[in-house]
Amino acid sequence: MEMPAPNSLVLSAKPQIVARLRKVLPPDAVIEDAAETRAYECDALTAYRCPPLAVVLPRTTDEVSAVLRICHEEGVPVVPRGSGTSLAGGALPTADCVILGVARMTAVLETDYDNRFIRVQSGRTNLSVTGAVESDGFFYAPDPSSQLACAIAGNIAMNSGGAHCLKYGVTTNNLLGVTLVQMDGTVLEIGGAHMDAGGLDLLGVICGSEGQLGVVTEATLRILPKPEGARPVLVGFDSNEVAGECVSDIIKAGVLPVAIEFMDRPCIEATEAFAKAGYPDCEALLIIEVEGSAAEIDEQLALIKTIALRHNPVEFREAADEDQAKRIWLGRKSAFGAMGQINDYMCLDGTIPVSSLPYVLRRIAEMSKEIGLDVANVFHAGDGNMHPLILFDANKPGDLERCEALGADILRLCVEVGGCLTGEHGVGIEKRDLMGVQFAPDDLEAQLWVKDVFDPRWLLNPAKVFPLAVTASRRAA
Amino acid sequence: MAKPLSFPEDIFEQEMGQGMRPETEAELAEIIRVANGPFVVRGGGTRSVGACEGAVLETGGLSGVVLYEPGALTLVAGAGTPLAQVEAQLAAEGQRLPFEVPDMRGLLGCSGESTLGGVVAANASGPRRVQAGACRDSLIGVRFVDGAGTVIKNGGRVMKNVTGYDLVKLMAGSWGTLGVLSEVSFKLLPVPETGATLILRGLSDAQAVQAMASALGSPFEVNGAAHWPGEGTFLRIEGFAASVAYRAAQLRRHLAAFGALEIEEGTARWAGIRDVTPFHGRNGDVWRISVKPSDAPGLVARMRADAVLYDWGGGLIWALAEPGTDLRAALGAFEGHATRVRGAGPGAFQPESPGVAALTRGLRAKFDPRGILNSGLMGA
Repeated sequence: MEMPAPNSLVLSAKPQIVARLRKVLPPDAVIEDAAETRAYECDALTAYRCPPLAVVLPRTTDEVSAVLRICHEEGVPVVPRGSGTSLAGGALPTADCVILGVARMTAVLETDYDNRFIRVQSGRTNLSVTGAVESDGFFYAPDPSSQLACAIAGNIAMNSGGAHCLKYGVTTNNLLGVTLVQMDGTVLEIGGAHMDAGGLDLLGVICGSEGQLGVVTEATLRILPKPEGARPVLVGFDSNEVAGECVSDIIKAGVLPVAIEFMDRPCIEATEAFAKAGYPDCEALLIIEVEGSAAEIDEQLALIKTIALRHNPVEFREAADEDQAKRIWLGRKSAFGAMGQINDYMCLDGTIPVSSLPYVLRRIAEMSKEIGLDVANVFHAGDGNMHPLILFDANKPGDLERCEALGADILRLCVEVGGCLTGEHGVGIEKRDLMGVQFAPDDLEAQLWVKDVFDPRWLLNPAKVFPLAVTASRRAA
Repeated sequence: MAKPLSFPEDIFEQEMGQGMRPETEAELAEIIRVANGPFVVRGGGTRSVGACEGAVLETGGLSGVVLYEPGALTLVAGAGTPLAQVEAQLAAEGQRLPFEVPDMRGLLGCSGESTLGGVVAANASGPRRVQAGACRDSLIGVRFVDGAGTVIKNGGRVMKNVTGYDLVKLMAGSWGTLGVLSEVSFKLLPVPETGATLILRGLSDAQAVQAMASALGSPFEVNGAAHWPGEGTFLRIEGFAASVAYRAAQLRRHLAAFGALEIEEGTARWAGIRDVTPFHGRNGDVWRISVKPSDAPGLVARMRADAVLYDWGGGLIWALAEPGTDLRAALGAFEGHATRVRGAGPGAFQPESPGVAALTRGLRAKFDPRGILNSGLMGA
């Protein structure tokens, strides 16, 4: 993975830069010691590491503004960091950058149930946003699987999703406003407690811009009343095609489950060995969850059952109580852990049109056989967001390279059938060099214009999202 | 190397007269590329706000559904495709656009055929916005031609996509100032089996907004909440029949403090709320004000409009005012924005804060460097 060579002028100015940062931040908020900056050398994409020049951990918007103004003046690249759970390398440092971590900005600033929003500092974790309102019957809908650890700042940067997007949408659909600090230190309020933009939808383009347009310090988030209840069913099939058809038929019938999760045989077998959830021995299984009152759930599940039975499932398993519901989810929720037990793995994130599901799964199986690496599939079937897990052995020479090659081929396949490279993890550095597969040069150029406007000197997270060759002239300017 | 395009003789001659109506995206791009004057970009011309000058550039020729997959809840269509045609095609499969597109013709006193591109350019969203989101939330892909005549695509036809910057959102509600849409893609939803309208009578505006907040904050999935002063406070629920009946009963109990809840079968009444029929045929300027819902009654008291209609639980105020009234002056500083959707003179769009205005200007200068697309609209 190529990263730009660090700017030697910045490296040699480190003492001056750190001294200036110390003047505007409390003593414990500036980290420059090599042993300590090492803790920030990578995010959850651990294959790539590089300690930063320094790390700052501000507590307020004013402190963030002061830091950015200094870095702007000194020409120092800044890499914003939420909780460092990015699977795409979104928070990977360069040696000449300052990591701006929002981990100490965790306050709830305002909770308003009448208007159904919460305003928080952006370092607050996703799950603790729900934690702040759930005793009053509300929740924050986007639920990435890292929700215990991941920060709202990172969710906004990556426009994170989760398992319940089919009904509730992703971060951008649940974000009402942000306080954004621009690279030159300017603080802007964009959006707020009202529902839509008066002018251009800047909030819409800030969300998902991977920390390249500004640093979000505060966010106004839509909160929703908790449903009365939820219940899953598990359906096993003897082919991926039939499982895919069943998903399509359920959607066409007008039922809108909150989640439809899909696991294929390699994934079922691995999780079964690990979690012993008692899943059926079959080619594909669906976990379908619906919400509402007990009677509403019964009605929706009855309809789903009628549809599923038409496809001759190997098994249709209902949950009679909370314990059985938990067992249905157990295998799915431990899928990633199970994979980690048996192998190193790379988790992909491409999205495909739901109708291409059987074809894509068949092709992935063929490609997996050709290259000699196993692939297990677990994904959000309702919205076509796939998570193929490529299993490899990091200690075996050449395995990582073959894994990366297969990953790239699978993502190309996703684009070929009308999908995209990443559905919820973001581009970061991981998919940066594949952007040309999905976008023509003019399409990319239009995106670069947005960064030109928000960050004319290209100092914010500059080596991410776009192929380095495409951004070279801008970064050098 | 792009092939030189040949146009029907009359395409450029139209510039002098009625306007231009390209039949393909390539024609659209070429027209903009070689243009030497400003354009007024128009879909069906049924939801125009504010005024700008130039040759009319119509997208009606870019019509047709490119792809409709009911099993994937996805539609891709040319920007000039008539809304009515798409709605009929979706209805035949028991599906719909989630955001309930308003028909503005009665309010604006115009005729014509609303197009999908126009809907997107206006981010036009009706009562269901409170639950299903706005047009921008269902829009998953765009193709457009920028002010230099370059074709640009963003997003696609899948509902989860974080590949690169989200220019899809940026194009929604940009009123043709960043580019001329040629193709749009939407996520769809199934049409529920049935619906009901719940009505409270005799509430003050403040009580009504409280009642709507209470309903929207309940788990009973209210997807419409409007208040028409003097007429009633209306809530909508939709779904399977048994579920609708159950939730209606629960809401009656939940809202008991606000009075007796009438339950009306069906949801026919909501087209009138969506299209602001109470203002049809009445003189005056029409304003659309987006606010924090609980601020709405206080703002309404300040603005002294001739009539108002609250939608989105109070988050959207439609106001009818004396022609030429600067409603913003009466409102003072508030969190939100006011747009004059009907009425003469400058200032239809809410002025932006200096920092935000600078970003807007910067983006327009990049996407439309010659300033030829709806120049003067949206305060720039």
